[in-house]
Amino acid sequence: MSFATTIGRTRHTFPSLGTLLAKATPLRSGDVLAGVAADSAEERIAAQLCLADVPLARFLEDLLIPYETDEVTRLIIDTHDRAAFAPVASLTVGQFRDWLLRYETDAPRLAALSPGLTPEMVAAVAKLMGNQDLVLVAKKCRVVTAFRSTIGLPGRLAVRLQPNHPTDDPNGIAASILDGLLYGCGDAVIGINPATDSVAAMETLLRLIDELVHRYDIPTQSCILAHVTTALQAMSRGEPVDLVFQSITGTEAGNKSFGFNLGILAEARAAALSLKRGTVGDNCMYFETGQGSCLSANAHHGLDQQTCETRAYAVARAFKPLLVNTVVGFIGPEYLYDGKQIIRAGLEDHFCGKILGLPMGVDVCYTNHAEADQDDMDTLLTLLGVAGCNFIMGVPGADDIMLGYQSTSFHDSHYLRQVLGLRPAPEFEAWLEKMRIVTNGRRLLPVDGKHALLANHSPAHDLPSTRS
Amino acid sequence: MDNTAKAVASPTLDPGQEPWVGLRRFTAARIALGRTGGSQRMTTVLDFRLSHARARDAVMAPFDIDGVRTRLEHAGFAIQRIATGVADKKTYLVRPDLGRQLDVSSRTQITSLASDWGQRDLVIIISDGLAAQAAERHAEETVTRLAGLLVGAGWTLYPILLAPFGRVKLQDEVGELLGARHSLILLGERPGLGMPDSLGAYLTHRPCAACTDANRNCVSNIRPEGLPPAEAARKIAHLLIESARLGLSGVALKDTQAANGLSDQAL
Repeated sequence: MSFATTIGRTRHTFPSLGTLLAKATPLRSGDVLAGVAADSAEERIAAQLCLADVPLARFLEDLLIPYETDEVTRLIIDTHDRAAFAPVASLTVGQFRDWLLRYETDAPRLAALSPGLTPEMVAAVAKLMGNQDLVLVAKKCRVVTAFRSTIGLPGRLAVRLQPNHPTDDPNGIAASILDGLLYGCGDAVIGINPATDSVAAMETLLRLIDELVHRYDIPTQSCILAHVTTALQAMSRGEPVDLVFQSITGTEAGNKSFGFNLGILAEARAAALSLKRGTVGDNCMYFETGQGSCLSANAHHGLDQQTCETRAYAVARAFKPLLVNTVVGFIGPEYLYDGKQIIRAGLEDHFCGKILGLPMGVDVCYTNHAEADQDDMDTLLTLLGVAGCNFIMGVPGADDIMLGYQSTSFHDSHYLRQVLGLRPAPEFEAWLEKMRIVTNGRRLLPVDGKHALLANHSPAHDLPSTRS
Repeated sequence: MDNTAKAVASPTLDPGQEPWVGLRRFTAARIALGRTGGSQRMTTVLDFRLSHARARDAVMAPFDIDGVRTRLEHAGFAIQRIATGVADKKTYLVRPDLGRQLDVSSRTQITSLASDWGQRDLVIIISDGLAAQAAERHAEETVTRLAGLLVGAGWTLYPILLAPFGRVKLQDEVGELLGARHSLILLGERPGLGMPDSLGAYLTHRPCAACTDANRNCVSNIRPEGLPPAEAARKIAHLLIESARLGLSGVALKDTQAANGLSDQAL
């Protein structure tokens, strides 16, 4: 069944639900590249007018990718909770947007609703919501997870310490980890993107962090962002794996191109759980996503990139992750052209993940061939802080020398903590105070060369003598 | 011993000189930047902006194709200019699909040249990619040294093709039209903050439309401060010769090279 609306004397028709969703999406280069974007500004609003009248229940019948051919669709449909869906079952997408903004729609109601929502319903309503709607509703959601620290509590902002090095040099990585810790960051995870995806490289880095975390009793967790199968091998060899990582997409074909399926994720989660390395919780998965990943793998089934992205969150929520990170500006200008598109996509992903019950963080980032700069990142960072984002990245000086892109710095987290009164994860905050790195939750203390982190760690042995 | 309050009120340390500044010799990461309050100091902010400005300029700079052509001709190469489906920078950035294909006239041109040139072993394509200055600064030396190694090993080369606004996959269509056994494309990589002139090289055995990145081998970060052109040329020549010997390229070739790590130096 097709969709149609008449504006003045022009009749706009949309042959399928997938087409309607794509044409209703705010402009972005990836949808133009895929050939699914609206042909004109008016056609985009015509699609939004049509979409506002589509009943939410329609998304349970009119499947965008067939049940028979896609395991992500099967996961979405098989785990849908009709009882949880009941409060909004009679609403259209447009009415759902208004329902979300009501005073009465609070954190407990949103949490109860979450299992009743499918990614497609959430993607649809996000397309109709303005940036302020995306901020307001995300802010109402509360998603708390834990492993050795507790992430997502009210008034808290965690940071992933990202100490990458182009050749995985252990001293280089250790230097960046110390830098991050001394600037009060690392409560979400100390997470390294390895230059080489191998069990041997993973083991070296795992032991490096494990030794550090144990020596200083740091209430955080480690993650080497290697392929899930690499982590499985490392675990079978008894290596100290805290969090299992995988980049995920919203289609079976996309995930296949990334070399995994849902069964492998389940196997990896079971293996990580059996290690019982968490102390305050057992959320042991870390997922990364990003709009455009399905299209770049030619696995988008004619859907727009925001809808595909939201379907990835169905994959994530099946495995109770500690952290989900949308790496929003990493993919480049052919998917998100400029600061405006990156900012919008970051807010969409954060909202969609949160309302689906995920502990969303955002890698506020851009590449050098995108029309964006630090000011755009400051804007998105601020908006996400207001929206209650669970965590952001902390990269030395915002410059990732391994991946070749710009993210957020340790300093950026202090900006956000100051302007919004946010504190680190409680366990990590106590550690920072004990180590005399931070006082009052968010004010950095001066560190001298005799600080415990500098005095004992091997690279620091060669430091110039302490200045007085 | 509690000097916390005093320290916060009037820092005794200059925050621009963090005591762990010595760790910088282990990494090029921007560590020990110091701070003013919790924020970056003016000097590190401006330093970052300068790096970003250089990277932006590198992306947007026009390709001095005549300069590259002249230098290659002086080095004794025959040159042919071709065009992709892209004619301007903005289109190049948002339409990677068009940068992967020849425009109609170049397709005709190459088809007719193919019969004149006959079948040869390798076609080399040079493009500005995402950093024209990478191609301008490093392509000529890399190609000259590479050609020396390959001709010495008995390889035959097509004239060099200069293709502004090209993407990696362009090598498939070009190679297929010519019937080349191997295609190699050298193009400017996406500039990182500290490296605005890094050249990348991608090679494919039996290039054709169905080839994907899994069929290619890549040698990246070609620049004096990274992998110097002379060294890159040796590495590329080694990969090409191994690829010809095994009759494949891509993931499988990489594995073989790892198994014969020493042969790299032998070449």
